[in-house]
Amino acid sequence: MSSTAPAAESSAASAGLVPTKPRIGDRVFQGLSTGSGIAILVILALVAAFLVLRAFPALTTDPATLAAQGYGEFWSWVLPLAFGTVWAAIGALVLAVPVAIGIALFISHYAPRRLAQGLGYTIDLLAAVPSVVFGLWGIFVLAPALIPLHVWLTTYVGWFPLFSGQPSGTGRTIFTTSIVLAVMILPIITSLCREVFLQAPNLHEEAALALGATRWEMIRMAVLPFARAGIVSAIMLGLGRALGETMAVALVLSGQNRVDFQVLTAENPNTIAANIALSFPEAYGLRINQLIASGLVLFVITLAVNMLARWIVARRAQYSGAN
Amino acid sequence: MSKRIEAKNLDIYYGKFKAVEDVSMVIEPRAVTAFIGPSGCGKSTFLRSLNRMHEVINGAYVEGELLLDGHDLYGPGVDPVNVRRQIGMVFQRPNPFPTMSIKENVLAGLRLNNKRMPGREQDEVCEKALRGANLWEEVKNRLDLPGSGLSGGQQQRLCIARAIAMAPDVLLMDEPCSALDPISTLAIEDLIQELKANYTIVIVTHNMQQAARVSDSTAFFNIAGTGAPGKLIEMGPTEQIFSTPEKQETENYITGRFG
Ligand SMILES: Nc1ncnc2c1ncn2[C@@H]1O[C@H](COP(=O)(O)OP(=O)(O)O)[C@@H](O)[C@H]1O
Ligand SMILES: [Mg+2]
Repeated sequence: MSSTAPAAESSAASAGLVPTKPRIGDRVFQGLSTGSGIAILVILALVAAFLVLRAFPALTTDPATLAAQGYGEFWSWVLPLAFGTVWAAIGALVLAVPVAIGIALFISHYAPRRLAQGLGYTIDLLAAVPSVVFGLWGIFVLAPALIPLHVWLTTYVGWFPLFSGQPSGTGRTIFTTSIVLAVMILPIITSLCREVFLQAPNLHEEAALALGATRWEMIRMAVLPFARAGIVSAIMLGLGRALGETMAVALVLSGQNRVDFQVLTAENPNTIAANIALSFPEAYGLRINQLIASGLVLFVITLAVNMLARWIVARRAQYSGAN
Repeated sequence: MSKRIEAKNLDIYYGKFKAVEDVSMVIEPRAVTAFIGPSGCGKSTFLRSLNRMHEVINGAYVEGELLLDGHDLYGPGVDPVNVRRQIGMVFQRPNPFPTMSIKENVLAGLRLNNKRMPGREQDEVCEKALRGANLWEEVKNRLDLPGSGLSGGQQQRLCIARAIAMAPDVLLMDEPCSALDPISTLAIEDLIQELKANYTIVIVTHNMQQAARVSDSTAFFNIAGTGAPGKLIEMGPTEQIFSTPEKQETENYITGRFG
């Protein structure tokens, strides 16, 4: 008895009566996390400030001066680019999201464990391929290979407005670009979806199964509703990447400054990022300001997409996973 | 409604591990049967084999015969999905679907069966099930709010309503009160007494007073040691099990003496 008393005392001391090492660790960690939080905000503010400052001349110079120097009015120049950016990205999402969700579900709920792991690694590997490789693949392999499909679609599905018009002879269309972008954003959407699908509570999966749900019904009742917010975030991350993708689009797409909904013809809109990459080397004077201003527009679009995503996720927060 | 279950020489496995060995028993309709025994002796495992929920786990399977009014539930060509529609289950932790309203939760199982039930009929079924689970008065004004907003006891009764909305033959409950406070527990015990008029009820409980209070017959499971399979030691009318059990092992357990 007497020998245990001092031990109890000293353990009481280390339990928090005397401040010791752990508090230093706490402080360091707090400093680090606060510091990095502030750093992110500062960097973001600096980027925004840079964009706004350098974009300013393009937005304020009056159209007459611009015209005198051989440049068109800013908004009529940037809006088609913004359209092309969003249009190609939407195409990519339409193609990638169903496939990504399908693969993610297969990995999380259908495939035997071995196969699931292998598939997971393969998908992650796809994310490691540099975008210039995708661009080269798109221009040398995919675009030529898709020419027959362009012809077939315009011939037989031409009644569908997006597929109407004369098919492109090179395959370097918004259609092909969207496919390349879809392949590029597939890994991130898939692996994020897989993560949230795996986290769906077993509790609710079993509840669904015990009610006599088939596996697919169980997924619809207990997995997809739970994963909703996660799926939206995954899609938005994919969309962000598709909107900002420069290299692959610059290589694959042969675009002009125009608004055009037909996805299979030789006349395609260009995207902001690709246009900056392609035009910057030869730009000088006000043109540079205009290009930077278009970058600012892309920044705003991406920001708006993220806010939209947050709003969608928050809207049904009271029904979300945890209870 | 309310059918008799007969297990014949049931062996239950998790992959190579045999968790339950050679259980034979008859579970009578319109009665409450309680499973008691030390933790890890296979009560949950055996219960989950009764509605084929056991095989949901990777590598898990069952050997032997399990008859529901004479039909082998593990026979060739029997779809486990149909078995689960006839044999409802309530889990240890209340698990209403968090993304559904109270009403949607009650109707969740029925929606699987016939997708197009007229609105009037939905309302009726929903009210009947909630009344059956003694929950109607508490939730009738907030049927469209999420089920996760209810208290633990209410959530568990919601799960019972969800199960009985399917009009099952049998209701299985795995320690349905172990996550609840005493008052909610009493509410569920009362409910079980009412439900036994219409259903075959099987309840797993680690609480012997509860078994004594609610059940008509009691089955005592035990395990020889870790890694050994659980076995049914003795089954009989609850009064007899708790007063004059046949096996010494049973007596040791109910009097709190082990070994
Ligand atoms: N999912 C599982 N996988 C492998 N073994 C399991 C699993 N669930 C339970 N077991 C094992 O089966 C035995 C019986 O468990 P269980 O039926 O949960 O006991 P009880 O409900 O009586 O406490 C235990 O040895 C346990 O470790
Ligand atoms: Mg158990």
